[in-house]
Order: sequence, then C-alpha cells, then structure tokens
Amino acid sequence: MIDIKNLKVSVEDKDIIKGLNLKINKGEVHAIMGPNGSGKSTLSYALSGKEGYEAEGEINYNGENILELNTEERAQKGIFLAFQYPIEIPGVFTNNFLRTSLNSVKKAKGEKELNAVEFLNLVKEKSEKLKIDKEMLSRPLNVGFSGGEKKRNEILQMSLLEPNFVIMDETDSGLDIDALKIVSNGVNAMRSPKRSFLIITHYQRLLNYIKPDFVHVFSDGKIVESGDWKLALELENDGYAKFVS
Amino acid sequence: MSASDELIQQYQDRTEYDHGFVTDIETIDVPKGLSEETIKFISNQKKEPQWMLDWRLNAFNRLQKMKEPDWQKPKYPKINYQDLYYYSAPKNFKDGPKSLDEIDPEIKKTYDKLGIPLEEQKRLAGVAVDAVFDSVSVATTFKDKLKEIGVIFCSISEATREHPELVQKYLGSVIPVTDHYFATLNSAVFTDGSFVYIPPGVRCPMELSTYFRINAENTGQFERTLIIADKGSYVSYLEGCTAPMRDENQLHAANVELIALDDAEIKYSTVQNWYPGDKDGKGGIYNFVTKRGDCRGKNSKISWTQVETGSAITWKYPSCILRGDNSQGEFYSVAITNNCQMADTGTKMIHLGKNTKSKIISKGISAGRADNMYRGLVSIHPKASGSKNFTQCDSLLVGNKCGAHTVPYIENKNSSSEVEHEATTSKISDDQLFYCRQRGLNQEEAVSLIVNGFCKEVLQQLPMEFAVEAQKLVGISLEGSVG
Ligand SMILES: Nc1ncnc2c1ncn2[C@@H]1O[C@H](COP(=O)(O)OP(=O)(O)OP(=O)(O)O)[C@@H](O)[C@H]1O
Ligand SMILES: [Mg+2]
Repeated sequence: MIDIKNLKVSVEDKDIIKGLNLKINKGEVHAIMGPNGSGKSTLSYALSGKEGYEAEGEINYNGENILELNTEERAQKGIFLAFQYPIEIPGVFTNNFLRTSLNSVKKAKGEKELNAVEFLNLVKEKSEKLKIDKEMLSRPLNVGFSGGEKKRNEILQMSLLEPNFVIMDETDSGLDIDALKIVSNGVNAMRSPKRSFLIITHYQRLLNYIKPDFVHVFSDGKIVESGDWKLALELENDGYAKFVS
Repeated sequence: MSASDELIQQYQDRTEYDHGFVTDIETIDVPKGLSEETIKFISNQKKEPQWMLDWRLNAFNRLQKMKEPDWQKPKYPKINYQDLYYYSAPKNFKDGPKSLDEIDPEIKKTYDKLGIPLEEQKRLAGVAVDAVFDSVSVATTFKDKLKEIGVIFCSISEATREHPELVQKYLGSVIPVTDHYFATLNSAVFTDGSFVYIPPGVRCPMELSTYFRINAENTGQFERTLIIADKGSYVSYLEGCTAPMRDENQLHAANVELIALDDAEIKYSTVQNWYPGDKDGKGGIYNFVTKRGDCRGKNSKISWTQVETGSAITWKYPSCILRGDNSQGEFYSVAITNNCQMADTGTKMIHLGKNTKSKIISKGISAGRADNMYRGLVSIHPKASGSKNFTQCDSLLVGNKCGAHTVPYIENKNSSSEVEHEATTSKISDDQLFYCRQRGLNQEEAVSLIVNGFCKEVLQQLPMEFAVEAQKLVGISLEGSVG
C-alpha cells in the first residue's frame, strides 16, 4: 500500500523529517508515538502533499511515487488525513462541505455523483453510527464545534469518503471516554484487508480499542524503534527516555 | 440541504468569460457624438411624443453646465463623449418588440446561447423577460398574461407611447434630471430599459426580469428603468447583463427609479456580469449606474439585492429614500473584483419618515490585484424619530495583492434613532484551502465553496430561479485567483 523510502522533509528551510523508512501493507494498522515536536504532524502533511513542505525521497503509494502529486490528487486517490486541528470554515455548512467533498472524490474516480437525497440518506446512516447530532451538520464547518465534535466530524468524513489509506493525527486527543469508544468502533468497522491506517497518538489507551499490527517510536524526524502493540505498553510505563538520545 | 446549496455541487469547470461572443447583424446606428441631433434621432426612432423629446433636450442643456465627478476611488481615462455612438439597433427592428416569430433569428440565437431562450414555452415557469439588445428592447414575454391582471410590463420606449400619463408622472421623480453628471447624461440619451406598473392590491404572480446585452462596438448603453408599485402591491424584478469581450472600454450608464406607494413592496435584484476586461485590465465595461428607490408611501418597502461580478469598473450606490412613515429599505450586496477590476459601491439610506428601518449587508470579495470599496451613507433626518439602521460590511481577501476598503458615512440627527455599524475583514487562509483540497476539492472549487459560504446571506435573497446561476458565477469569476 504505502512504502516510504528515505523521506526527508523541510519546512521553511528547517529539516524536520530526516530520512524516514516505513512500509505499510494493505490491511495493516500502524501506530506512531513520539514526543511533542518530533515531526509526526509534519509527516502527515508531507504524506498528504501540503504546500510548503519540501519533500525528497520516495512515497510509493500502490506502486506509484506520489511525491509530485498535489493535495487533491492524493486525496482523490484515497489518501485521507484526519487533522490534529480540524480547520474552521465560516459560512460553509458542514452538510454542503461533506457532499461537495464526496462528489469531488467520486467524480475523480469516475463514479456517479450523489444527488441531495441520496447524500442525505447516506450521511444520516453514517452520522447515526458515530452518534453525531444532525443539527451539527447544518452548522458552518467546525465553527464553534467542541474539540470532540471536531474529531468526530473527521471520522464521519473518513467513513463517507471510504479512503484506502488513512492517517489519523491525534484523533483521540480531546475525546471523552464514550466518544473514544464510538470513534474506535467507527474505525474498527472500517478495517479491511484493502485499507491501511497510520495512527498518530500519545496515549496507549486508544490502542486498546484499535489494536495495531505495529507500533513505531518516532523521535527527531526518524523511526527509532518498532515493535508490536506491546511496545505501546512499554512506552506508557517507561516514557520515551530509553529511545530518545 | 437547501436548494441554494445545489449551486455549489453543480459547479462546472469553466475558465473564460462565457458571454464574450459578438452577434453579427446589420444595425442602424446614429452618427457618432453627443448632440441635439443625436437626441432627436433617438427620440424619432422611438416615435416618442414631443414632451419626451423636450424632457431629453432639457437634460442635454443642463448637462452642458455639469462636470464629470472624480471623487470615486477607481480612476479611468477620460471618456470622449463625442467619439461614442448613442444608439444601435438591429436593422430589421421596427417599432419595438414584436411577437417572437418576428425577431431576427440571429438575436434569438444570441439569447439561446446566453441561456435565456425567448420562446415562452421554454422559459422557466413564472418568469417574464424583457430582452434589451444594445439600445432597444427586442422582446417581452408573458405580456398579455400580465395585462389580464393589470400589470404593465413593457419597454420604456413603448411606455412613453402607450402609458404617457404614468411615465410623465413618475419619470425623473426619484432621480432628478440634474442629479449628477451621468444621471443627466442618461436622461438626455437613454435608449431602452423596462417599465413596470403594478396596480393597487396586486401581487405580481411571476418574477419580472430584464436581460441587458451590449453587442455593438463603441456604443454606450444608456438603460432607463422605471418601476411603480401602487398601493398594497408587490413585485420582484431581476436584471441580468452581459457583453462581448473587447479591448476597448464601453460605457453602461443606467438610471433605475423605483417608486413604492402605501403598503407596497419592490424587490429588485441584479446579477451583473458585464465583461470585466482581461487579466491585465484591458477592456471591460464601465458600469456607472444610478439606482434609487423611493418609499413614497407609508409601510412601503424596497429591497435591493446585487451580485456584481463583472465590469472593469463598477460604480453605483442603489439607494432608498425612506419617506413614508414605517417604510423599510434593504440593501444586500456581493461585489467581487478579480484581476484588475475595481468596484466602488454601496448604498444610501435616507431616513425621512418616522419609524423607518434600513438594513445593509455588504460582502466585498477582492482577488488578484483588484480593489474593492464599500461606500455607504446612512442619514437620519431630524423628523425621522424612532428609526433604525443596521449595517454589516464584510470583506474577504483572496491573495496578498488586492485591497478592500470600507467607508461608512453616518449622519444621525434624531436622538431617538439608532444606527449600528459592524465591519470585518478576513482572508482565505492556506490552511482552509489545504483542508478542502485534502478532502478532494481542487483549488478553484475550494475558493468557490468558501466564497459562496461568505456571501450566502446575500445570495439567499435572490429569487430561487437565479440563486443557482449566481452561485456558479461567483465561482467562475474567481477562477485563477489563487496559486
Ligand atoms: N511552518 C513551520 N516553520 C518552522 N517550524 C515548523 C513549522 N511547522 C512545524 N515546525 C516545527 O517542526 C517540528 C515538528 O512539528 P510537528 O507539528 O510535526 O510535531 P508533532 O510531532 O506533531 O508534535 P505534537 O506531538 O506536539 O503534535 C516542531 O519543532 C515545529 O515547531
Ligand atoms: Mg502533531
């Protein structure tokens, strides 16, 4: 699915990712944990093609190096980023945004776009599963949403777009105990042999709900240790000291 | 999802000004230049009564002593009024609009291409259209149906012949002949536009609309529109405008007068998409327009909604004179300037009567190297006790090279009245664009979505039939504005 080779990323001439190698096969869930400021969000932006993130090396996605593709081309190919800090867009109703987004992706894939009724039925089904109040969907996108509501809205978008490769950047931060379960169930329901996940988190607790195949420790722009889910437990107990120089 | 949300979904990729073609037809043109002869020629072509010609000539005499204003922000090269044509009409056009079968097929095709098929049966149900091509009205649809309930909807030329008592009574009663240079110029040489009269107690059952098309070269278009809503009546009217792409600037100087008597309401909407000029500011229409509504009767209401996306320069302040007690004025505006376009627009709300209310919602969007100015006057006169105004002016910048300015003038001479003014300026952020694009929208779809969200409050005021069109236009006019 995704094969990152010797990836280096700089922002405003500052080197942040310093030679990263990571291979995620179809159907796998990988977790990344690491100290604040180590470059996790930067990695998520580089993978999704944000402007201003100068990247070199290779990001092979389904056999194609996507380094030169722009943000929407990557999104249309099925790369989805659940933002650490979802962006507010005043005046644009959430429903309208979701439908525009879904139809843009469908159009790019050559699939039939959804009309208003088809869309509303679909969004109703998906949002009920995530216990999202439909009143929220008729408000401007993320404006005045609570931290947890914003995160849930990200997962709703993921479930609508049905991407192939999902990057979740601290989706669990800001979620209450119940919401964490709901969101985890939503993610687990989407796990499939065709879909891969990269989950960035600070808390081992999330990984009790979404059990990863691999856990990586990220420090100073590199993966410094990899293991299975037990590595997360170890980190929870001992902190990063052992891995960080 | 509301119907107006439809528009954004239906956004289609279009990159150039779509209406820039020229229709090749033979025309009758008056000789170049501004003179008594020109005015007599126009009046004669329109078979006007003597009083109308005298009225024009009076305006022309007054014009000699007037000077073109230059206080506006957008400056433009001096217009040589002797080098303009003041009249252009299709050659086989005689005596005003005929039945549809008699219209030149080329003109019919033009309107088809513009998406305004004149065949009534093909028309959106519930919309009557007056089509003005250069200096003449070429067709008015649904006229007979409207006549049955006493509604008069025809070209102003026809009205001067068929309804002289109404025209004489109301023409120039809101915009005095000597109001200012362009208004006076228009009074002398106006060619065509629409006339509407709604009799007492009648709620006009369909949208009335006029579609203005400039086709001829080096020709000024001097539109004149007069709408009278008699006691207790209601009408919703919409105008649309397009022009060919040309390297020379062309002048459109219109006068629009609205009169609402007791308990009457007029809703006037504009979707202005004149050719804006090219990316470097070459060509485009000078849209210098005087629009004024008089809430003459008590409890009357006039509301202006404008979506201004075209023109090289837009310079207009659709205004309301709130004369009748308890009368209301509203102004909803979206003005978009991209590339080298300039706009200096806003409104005047003149509160004369007691308990009069006005509301101003202005959304200015500036992109490229464009400049966008909101200028508005709220004036509350000493006798206008218990009056209220609310003004909200929002500016949105796309990119770093454009400008937005807000200049409110407030005069409140009555201590029992309130004036409230709010203003914001914001920018489309890179993070907003990135978020949209991460969700699969391309750059232009993202800008269109965000801008449409920004001006939703105004677009919602448009009649349903036109809201979708306007939303698309908002997207199209900002293409190429980022990145
Ligand atoms: N635009 C920028 N200009 C300069 N430095 C930047 C920029 N963006 C990020 N950085 C720096 O890059 C480093 C990595 O930031 P990043 O947001 O990727 O960290 P993170 O691992 O996601 O941290 P956290 O766990 O706090 O979310 C930080 O030191 C940050 O200050
Ligand atoms: Mg981060």
